[in-house]
Amino acid sequence: MISDHTNAIAIAGLNKTYETGFHALDNINLEIKRGEIFALLGPNGAGKTTLINAVCGIVRPTSGTITVAGYDIITQYRQARSTLGLVPQELTTDAFESVWNTVTFSRGLFGKPRSPAYVEDVLKRMSLWDKKDEQIRRLSGGMKRRVMIAKALSHEPEILFLDEPSAGVDVELRKSMWAQVRSLSETGVTIILTTHYIEEAQEMANRVGVINKGKLILTEDKNTLLRKMGKRHMVFALRDPVSVIPMELSAYPLTLEDDGSKLVLAYNDQDDNDISEVLDHLKSSGIRPRDIYSRQSSLEDIFIQLVEA
Amino acid sequence: MNYRGILAIYKFEMGRTLRTVGQSIASPVISTVLYFIVFGSAIGSRMQAIDGVPYGAFIVPGLVMLTVLGQSVSNASFGIYFPRFTGTIYEILSAPLSFIEIVLGYVGAAATKSVIIGTIVLATAGFFVPLHITHPLWMVFFLVMTCITFSMLGFIIGIWADGFEKLQLIPLLVITPLTFLGGSFYSINMLPPFWHQVSLANPVVYLVSGFRWSFFEKGDVSLETSVIMLLTFNALALAIIGWIFKTGYRLRK
Repeated sequence: MISDHTNAIAIAGLNKTYETGFHALDNINLEIKRGEIFALLGPNGAGKTTLINAVCGIVRPTSGTITVAGYDIITQYRQARSTLGLVPQELTTDAFESVWNTVTFSRGLFGKPRSPAYVEDVLKRMSLWDKKDEQIRRLSGGMKRRVMIAKALSHEPEILFLDEPSAGVDVELRKSMWAQVRSLSETGVTIILTTHYIEEAQEMANRVGVINKGKLILTEDKNTLLRKMGKRHMVFALRDPVSVIPMELSAYPLTLEDDGSKLVLAYNDQDDNDISEVLDHLKSSGIRPRDIYSRQSSLEDIFIQLVEA
Repeated sequence: MNYRGILAIYKFEMGRTLRTVGQSIASPVISTVLYFIVFGSAIGSRMQAIDGVPYGAFIVPGLVMLTVLGQSVSNASFGIYFPRFTGTIYEILSAPLSFIEIVLGYVGAAATKSVIIGTIVLATAGFFVPLHITHPLWMVFFLVMTCITFSMLGFIIGIWADGFEKLQLIPLLVITPLTFLGGSFYSINMLPPFWHQVSLANPVVYLVSGFRWSFFEKGDVSLETSVIMLLTFNALALAIIGWIFKTGYRLRK
């Protein structure tokens, strides 16, 4: 049953300093709404996993508060944790256990009554039904990853954390996992994923958060972010390379690429450009394009721009 | 109380035993048989009775204790150390389980295995010497409480250990010597006064003595002392585990 709170997760003033003195999280404030697919992006060691582990009760916060579905994770840990499912980054499984037993075990841990029908449904959704009696050690890496997702789903969580779900997974399986995540989201499950594959976030997330050196730099609706920070480029591939941009074209934000064989016009959605006008100026300058195409900056370009800033 | 969570851990741990049933049960039974052949039959037949109890029968409670102490510690320490080693502990820590519930699951399973093995060892002993248990309820009390207490000790070792070597360290260097010197094969009243006093600092003496009393109504210390000491060890182990979960020592970073 989905409990009645707008925010799936609310984090306020969260800090985490490990015993070594490493400051992993620095005053994190974040709200994740119910039903969202939220992608948490950041380079290695940025604090993504620490943040997830703090929410799930694996890491003890140094200060700050976290509520999950309206429940405080310290004082109301039972209710809070009951709503959470976690797929950790590492493939940590009980190698000698069967797929069926390990998923049933996970369901029991969260206090749910036995439900062979539900476990069957989860295994079928994860395409693991034919492997249900197999020992986990005999499965491929991709299948083990799906077992971990099945374990996390075994107790019907409202909120699912996927920490690097595509690590070590081939393209085909990655795409099938994306489809499964989308279908989970359609059932009302809130998804929070961390990933190195920015393409994954671009493909799936509604909202994006960027974390670097323990600080949450930005949270934004994905499309708004692409619109605000993304750049479009119109590329004119030239028949004859040029060494300098003619004076007639100095009014436009043009650059030369590939030893003068390409003229690139940068603009964004807000700019009021008239491409035909640019073409007229090119013609009058004696520059003849061989080809014209446009390209758009990806979430990855924006991510690099943010992290390197 | 998350009863289903406790049961899940308990069943999982018991399932692990069933997968390695030969190693879990056959090994202690074979060891016991060897002890009886050597100490009970070969040497025991030439030994004098102790406190009026034939030597072969006298060592039975000590042998059961020797087995269950080792089994309790190794079962419980491995039970909690293995998920820490493989990383699957994340699931236990993120589940809606209190520390008491986690302990009940792991320690309950380890203690159950030890009680089963202790019972098998006792039954095996019956093939070698005539057995008479004067106070069966006290025998069950001492057996079960010892298994629980030492399973808690094993649980603590499993959390403290940061490698398989350390996991073996305490059982090999502490538990086994204490058990052998705790009157398993002799009465500490047979020792010179100085060593008798030293032996009283050995907690295993009280467990063996109480357990032996339930068989023969004879022990190295009084029944009351044995019971008080056993309950004290139990409370101490529980307090240490409580501290571990409160501070997150080696569990939650």
